[in-house]
Amino acid sequence: MDRFVWTNGLLEINETLVIQQRGVRIYDGEEKIKFDAGTLLLSTHRLIWRDQKNHECCMAIPLSHIVFIEEQAAGIGKSAKIVVHLHPAHPTKEPGPFQSSKNSYIKLSFKEHGQIEFYRRLSEEMTQRRWENIPVSQSIQTNRGSQPGRVRAVGIVGIERKLEEKRKETDKNISEAFEDLSKLMIKAKEMVELSKSIANKIKEKQGDITEDETIRFKSYLLSMGIANPVTRETYGSGTQYHMQLAKQLAGILQVPLEERGGIMSLTEVYCLVNRARGMELLSPEDLVNACKMLEALKLPVRLRVFDSGVMVIELQSHKEEEMVASALETVSEKGSLTSEEFAKLVGMSVLLAKERLLLAEKMGHLCRDDSVEGLRFYPNLFMTQS
Amino acid sequence: MAMSFEWPWQYRFPPFFTLQPNVDTRQKQLAAWCSLVLSFCRLHKQSSMTVMEAQESPLFNNVKLQRKLPVESIQIVLEELRKKGNLEWLDKNKSSFLIMWRRPEEWGKLIYQWVSRSGQNNSVFTLYELTNGEDTEDEGLACCLSHLPAISCHISILSWLLAPSSVPFN
Repeated sequence: MDRFVWTNGLLEINETLVIQQRGVRIYDGEEKIKFDAGTLLLSTHRLIWRDQKNHECCMAIPLSHIVFIEEQAAGIGKSAKIVVHLHPAHPTKEPGPFQSSKNSYIKLSFKEHGQIEFYRRLSEEMTQRRWENIPVSQSIQTNRGSQPGRVRAVGIVGIERKLEEKRKETDKNISEAFEDLSKLMIKAKEMVELSKSIANKIKEKQGDITEDETIRFKSYLLSMGIANPVTRETYGSGTQYHMQLAKQLAGILQVPLEERGGIMSLTEVYCLVNRARGMELLSPEDLVNACKMLEALKLPVRLRVFDSGVMVIELQSHKEEEMVASALETVSEKGSLTSEEFAKLVGMSVLLAKERLLLAEKMGHLCRDDSVEGLRFYPNLFMTQS
Repeated sequence: MAMSFEWPWQYRFPPFFTLQPNVDTRQKQLAAWCSLVLSFCRLHKQSSMTVMEAQESPLFNNVKLQRKLPVESIQIVLEELRKKGNLEWLDKNKSSFLIMWRRPEEWGKLIYQWVSRSGQNNSVFTLYELTNGEDTEDEGLACCLSHLPAISCHISILSWLLAPSSVPFN
């Protein structure tokens, strides 16, 4: 009987009433005690007994304290009873009607019947043990005055809240990490602006910068990946840079061209020029754009594009058409020639040799024999004979 | 009348077997091919051929020179002949053709001339008489007529003769 604790009889949040029965008497063990008429309430968590005459007298026992229950059938002059065997009392138990008791069981006498149903319900609760899954706030259970208690987050709600907090934290971390990157981007933008302004200044020739330095600076910009604003103009309008470059090329290429019979493919020119320059290399685009200006600037060399798309640089004095006549002679001498044979004979690159033979064919001086043996050129007897 | 066939100089010229990209050169080349085909067929009395046969025939395949005119180019040569009126396709797939080394008009002209000369207008002739008759003064004509190709060619000639445009000519 010492397991009971005083209570205000109010059900807590999450505690549900299962069944209640009037006219129940409590025995401490086998002894009758003063609690002879009351209402017995069964909730999901506790067994509560309230005195019918004095409602303030209310006590409860947690269902977890119950070991097992038994039925006791009614007899003559005796009501049906439920025997409730209990665990030993908790040392820190709240005050109750009895401080100590030699019995570890109580009896509930159902003077107004209802025992069968009650027993059934109580057994059910004992089996289900709902009090274990549905936690209730302990502060209400302990005393009458409500303490401003900390509402600890427990259960599914608690888990959800924890997840939310974690997500917020992760978000924060990521933003912090990328803060540095956005700062870097801002700095880089500043750098780009700066180099652009310097490039413009060079363009307008403000400040004491020599041409050499100009070109060097431009190459730095190019290596950084910032396109020189000066090179963006298209052929036709021309640019200072390309014009300068064209003049430079004309000077550089004069001698090599003469050595090579007055004509060189653009790839050969590219290699030659860049080898000569050493450090300040020329991009293919720049080379082509400069070469396109050669004719316009009336320089001694010019760019020529063949039907096949091959680009060559040739001396102004060089007349490819005239060369064709000599090519025809060479071919006629030998009866027929392939591009390779011809290149070897004349001492020019195979690419240029082929272009010359094709030009001769176009002009009607040669005809072709295309077989598994390869491509050979013959003098055009179709036109000259019969 | 079988003569040994004399190949033209082009037949021994390797570029002859490559279709020339230069337009002017090609014109000359195709003209040479056309006349070669016609003279070859005339000599061998071949009036029809399939494209398959043509590919392997010595006409387009010079074994000694080790050069063959590729089939696409053969098609181009045949098309040229067709345009000139010397060739007719025998089927829709263009796999076999009729070769007329004398065009139907030319035949018609010859026949008409012969008929006029022998004064036998408005009488009925059989083809046999035409080709073998004793009246055939023009030996040349008889010779030629005896070379008259396949029956379908006869029909072309006859249709030409019967055509309203076949007016007597000089």
